[in-house]
Amino acid sequence: MRRTMGVAAASAVVVLVAGCGGGGPQSSGDQKLTGDKIVLGVLNDQSGAYSELSGKNSVAAVEMAIADFTAKYGDKAVTTDITVETADHQNKPDVANSKAQEMYDRKGVDLILDVPTSSAALKVADVAKEKKKLYFNIGAATTDLTGKSCNKYTFHYAYDTYMLANGTGKTTTEQIGKNWYILYPNYAFGQDMEKSFSTAITAAGGTVVGKDGAPFPNTSGDFSTFLLKAPNLNPKPDVLGTMQAGAELVNVVKQYNEFKLRDKGVGLAVGLMFLTDIHSLTPAALAGTTYTDAWYWNFDAKNREFADRFQQKAGTRPTFAHAANYSAALQYLEAVQAAGTDDADAVVKGLEGKTVEDVFLRNGKIRAEDHRVVHDAYLAQVKPQSEVAEPWDYVKVLKTIPAAEAFRAPSADCKL
Amino acid sequence: MSGFAQNTFNGLVSGAFYALLALGLAVIFGMLRVVNFAHGAFYMLGAFGAYVLLSEAGVPFWAALVIMPVGLGLLGMALERAVIHRLTKLDPLYNFLLTFGLTLILQDLVKLRYGVQSSPYETPSLLSGSVDFGLFDFPTYRVFILGFAVLLCVAVWWVLTRTRIGMVVRAATERPDLTRAFGIDVGRWVTPVFGFGIGLAGLAGVLAAPMRAVNPLMGADLIIVVFAVVVIGGLGSIFGSVAAGFGIGLVQAWGEAYLSTFPLVSQTIVFVVMAGVLLWRPAGLFGREEAPA
Repeated sequence: MRRTMGVAAASAVVVLVAGCGGGGPQSSGDQKLTGDKIVLGVLNDQSGAYSELSGKNSVAAVEMAIADFTAKYGDKAVTTDITVETADHQNKPDVANSKAQEMYDRKGVDLILDVPTSSAALKVADVAKEKKKLYFNIGAATTDLTGKSCNKYTFHYAYDTYMLANGTGKTTTEQIGKNWYILYPNYAFGQDMEKSFSTAITAAGGTVVGKDGAPFPNTSGDFSTFLLKAPNLNPKPDVLGTMQAGAELVNVVKQYNEFKLRDKGVGLAVGLMFLTDIHSLTPAALAGTTYTDAWYWNFDAKNREFADRFQQKAGTRPTFAHAANYSAALQYLEAVQAAGTDDADAVVKGLEGKTVEDVFLRNGKIRAEDHRVVHDAYLAQVKPQSEVAEPWDYVKVLKTIPAAEAFRAPSADCKL
Repeated sequence: MSGFAQNTFNGLVSGAFYALLALGLAVIFGMLRVVNFAHGAFYMLGAFGAYVLLSEAGVPFWAALVIMPVGLGLLGMALERAVIHRLTKLDPLYNFLLTFGLTLILQDLVKLRYGVQSSPYETPSLLSGSVDFGLFDFPTYRVFILGFAVLLCVAVWWVLTRTRIGMVVRAATERPDLTRAFGIDVGRWVTPVFGFGIGLAGLAGVLAAPMRAVNPLMGADLIIVVFAVVVIGGLGSIFGSVAAGFGIGLVQAWGEAYLSTFPLVSQTIVFVVMAGVLLWRPAGLFGREEAPA
């Protein structure tokens, strides 16, 4: 017993000593960087449903960030030895869990990026907490990352269900129609989206006249039961809000057009949509649809310049997830540069409360309370085919939602 | 009332796809005793082929409706000759593994070239309107699919029951050894029947392209239900597969419409039906117990 006490006291002293020196470039003695290099890990879906909207092109975006960082600082850079590790989590929480551990423990990864699919994203947050290593989530939507599952080493970078619902639900209710019919895939993401949308719609003075959870995955690929029901509800909905994603969204929209719901006075609002979804559905199938976008490549000259460079490298236009991966990698490297060390606690200290401006983050701020990265969001509308002047230029931005309004206030559930 | 009619109609349209796919599986199983796991992949190739033909060569839907089934049928025949028939004498598990492997290869080849994002395919303009049935109106394209599938099933039934070829195939399906004893070369019919089954899958794929997401995994999602359909109808039973296909389409549509407050029920209803049928009639609704060898 006495022995244990002694050890505990000794470790407390060590921790205190280390803690006092933390935060400054001079702190970690000779070795500023673990292994004398920085390793960024991109963990995402590289073969399944989300591999186009993030996937290998997120890796390309992170490589661009490294190149830009190295070019900016040259000899003054904290290191020029910056590498990228990637892994495919197949959207499976257990795979994400083991790949994340492998990255932190064996690949020497300092920061894990991306991680779409909420269930997988939450697992990685637990790993980051346990290993005390940094994790910037970009691809996942769940607000739990900055709610009950938040932790000191996890930052949520690009978007979340609140942002989507608040942007699309509120503005569409005010400008397009008050009565909604909500169709959502019946699993964690869909249920979360349905709740967020219902809250936002009601708060804006609208009514949810009906809502249905469709089977997930919907093996028949058929949504016509729900689409037929929509125009016959009483009162008749003005807007069909679909929370489906990926191939299921494609099915809903194809069938929405087949049953000509727009002609029957039911508009379409989409919970979560990426540029790649519009590309595969064609703007003609989606013309007039509103949704909330975290970033759009042809919004202004700065975004366009990035999109042109991205296209040279990846051969396609970037989705908001790609731009966010670029920004996240860049801001991490800047933080390491400023701290002079890749020690996770020192970097977190530098990031918390920081205001940031870059190609992705407009009026960006890294909130210290819950590690939500807030920034301007955009209410976007798909152009009719006749207005599409160049490939991939599919939407117009109706309105910029200021950073302060786009995201929810820090949640009381989050204790860092 | 009109709502019920519409849901019924939709169920039949979904059922038409199940029926076409299950029919192909049934004739293949009957003739070769092979459970063709690659069926979903050929369905996907049909849809993708239609997309590639249209976007890269400007070939319209109507031409694709002929080209893809024929092309895939020939590919299926080549595969049967090259690999599948070598394994038919062994444990059925070998062909199980082989066709499952083929599925993965085909899916990944398409993924490699076209990615996983769904590809756009428009409804042919001739069929893009809707038909007024008095009580309700319904997309023309869906009416077309239903009519087309029913005609095709009737045609297959007619060939199998009223022509000499059909008699040979049926005989070879039920008692290959006895048929051989009558001096009929059963082996000669195996390859064309396999090609025909694959052709049907390709045809269903082309039909699906305008109304479903066209992506490399579209077949993998659907095939699970189709296997349930085949089991319910009775493995190898041609009539059973068609009837069960339409039946399951209806059950799913009604389940979604009237049991939507119990999402777990509407999601699993197909498999509940399958389990029920297997308990009641282990050989499926229209299947016959295998004659002792």
